[in-house]
Amino acid sequence: MVVLRIRRELVDEIVAHARRDHPDEACGVIAGPVGSDRAERFIPMLNAARSPTFYEFDSADLLKLYREMDANDEVPVVIYHSHTATEAYPSRTDASIAAEPDAHYVLVSTRDPDTHEFRSYRIVDAEITEEPVEIVD
Amino acid sequence: MAVTVSIPTILRTHTGGEKSVEAAGKTVLEIIDDVESRHAGIKARLVKEEKLHRFINVYVNDEDVRFAGGLDAEVKDGDTVTILPAVAGG
Repeated sequence: MVVLRIRRELVDEIVAHARRDHPDEACGVIAGPVGSDRAERFIPMLNAARSPTFYEFDSADLLKLYREMDANDEVPVVIYHSHTATEAYPSRTDASIAAEPDAHYVLVSTRDPDTHEFRSYRIVDAEITEEPVEIVD
Repeated sequence: MAVTVSIPTILRTHTGGEKSVEAAGKTVLEIIDDVESRHAGIKARLVKEEKLHRFINVYVNDEDVRFAGGLDAEVKDGDTVTILPAVAGG
């Protein structure tokens, strides 16, 4: 079974970014070595849409990110974003745009000020499959 | 000399796994048509109703073609055309 295995400090970074940008959606990537499926390098991105209901990496930032990952032999192991008023489940828009079938799509919900939801999915051809998250210390 | 076209992971099924292919053309559309002639099916993933798909980014060297004429953006020999799906959602 497919699982997202991720270090606690990276989970904390993602949640902190989502809290910081609330009520707008936050987004970013955790890169890791090609073929390893290991989430290692935390890269918070700007939400160019600056919106509570939409996110999009800035196009110049996107080019820079992919060139950098390419030069490092990395891929986006995790692609994360937050939902600020709804549950941590991919929207229809999320599913239709998702274009990295090998990535773990992480959703964080910050709708509750005290507790967060942190869930992970595969999205292949707009088909969403939730996967367990194993947090390691 | 030709133009190097960088292909994103999700479209490499059309290029037999190749990360980049060579192409010839004077505009982004001509480049896409040239790639399509050898890797059928790729154009439909990029172009919709004669415009670049909203969630596909194409760059000539460092410039997003959306700000440089879209499919009519000029391409010269030796340029690199990079195709990247947007990372976006709701």
